[in-house]
Amino acid sequence: MGWTRGIRARSLTATLFALAAVSRAAVLPDDRADLDWHEWQGGGVTVDGPGVLVRKKVDDSLSLSASYSVDMISSASVDVLSTASPYKEKHTEGTLSADYLHGNTIYTAGFIEGHESDYIAKTGFFSISESMFGDLTTINFGYSRGWDRVGENLHQDGVITTSWVGDADHRNWSAGLSQVLTRNVLLGVNFETAESDGYLANPYRSARYVGPDGLVHTEAQAYPDTRTGNAGSVQLKYYLPWHAALDGSYRLYHDTWGILAHTLGMGYTQPISSDWTLNANVRYYRQNAATFYADLFPYEDSQNFIARDRELAQFNDLTFGLGASWLFHPSWPHWIEKGTLNLTYDRMHIAYGDFHNYAVGGMPMGVPLYAYGADITQFFISFWY
Amino acid sequence: MRVGRAGLSVLALPLAVLLLSACTPVQPWVKPYEREHLADPIMSFNANPIQSSYIVHVFEVREGARGATGSVGGGCGCN
Repeated sequence: MGWTRGIRARSLTATLFALAAVSRAAVLPDDRADLDWHEWQGGGVTVDGPGVLVRKKVDDSLSLSASYSVDMISSASVDVLSTASPYKEKHTEGTLSADYLHGNTIYTAGFIEGHESDYIAKTGFFSISESMFGDLTTINFGYSRGWDRVGENLHQDGVITTSWVGDADHRNWSAGLSQVLTRNVLLGVNFETAESDGYLANPYRSARYVGPDGLVHTEAQAYPDTRTGNAGSVQLKYYLPWHAALDGSYRLYHDTWGILAHTLGMGYTQPISSDWTLNANVRYYRQNAATFYADLFPYEDSQNFIARDRELAQFNDLTFGLGASWLFHPSWPHWIEKGTLNLTYDRMHIAYGDFHNYAVGGMPMGVPLYAYGADITQFFISFWY
Repeated sequence: MRVGRAGLSVLALPLAVLLLSACTPVQPWVKPYEREHLADPIMSFNANPIQSSYIVHVFEVREGARGATGSVGGGCGCN
């Protein structure tokens, strides 16, 4: 409830990241298994749980992949505190996919299904990756189709019932290019268009307006039932002479709801021995508000579309991350070639420009703008076989 | 299936690259024996998929923007 609202459980982008054929040139990705424990703590919300990702070649041309993750959510966020009671929720997601190699081309197809008690998301996807120009260039096209069922849990006399309030359909097109520029520099360029239609709002949240009595009242949100977003990004990665890597990225996003967003990222990877590798990164994100968003509307039904979801507000966030990885070669079992133990920690700070913390009550003039920090931790072990 | 103008434009550029590749012989300007650095695991855009997908998910849940975070393969031609 709330964790994935307004966005499909583990979006296609995130899932394709997990399943992407990260091979160099047209070869199938390595056989490997990853087990993780992840945790988010921030904004009154704790989300933690395990995940697993397994990939195995059937033969020289076919590789199968499966993943499963669980998020246990305990929420007392600012939205919950101002309008409802803290709650607990569980989100699960499973994915199956196959990669087929033919010549210099990899065909990928798969299916994702995510569940919460009040949200069901199903997505099918297909992509083609082609290596060319002496394996200096790889291009990729992808398409996905998603079907979501959106519900609202109603609490009455200690009994929870789910009322299904609507459906949402999604279509994504993506195209990417990975290019060797020099013997030390890689370039990545990506474009993605996403169209959604149907019930795109969050049934648990409400908008606020000033009533004739001068007090703040709430009303139901009214979202447009379509949304089209376009994103383009560029990434560069440099190999540094002292055996380290530096990367930088920029992404521009714009959609028909009026959100314009910029994302900047930098990372540095430094092996410090044959077994240990350290990583540091920083990421900055900024967006303006959707055209139909307001923290406080001047009166009831003041416009056709009304929203106060803070994901649509004006805000920026800054994230610093550190990571360490230890490589080992187990003597048993013999079929495991190598493994890594990995720990990452990110500190994120989000500051809103037009979203006040009404959980403390009162009118905007006396209420602070909302801001919070979050700790993001992930521990995972990987095996290659 | 409804393909909007935006969707077509996303597909147009890589399609043009594909078509051009059919009629323009291109000599690799980074030879296979010069790709040692590119083949190093630290040069991967997505070395640990389970970690990348989780952090992308964390941001997408809380931010208005999504997509184009780079799931295309490496393409360093190191094999």
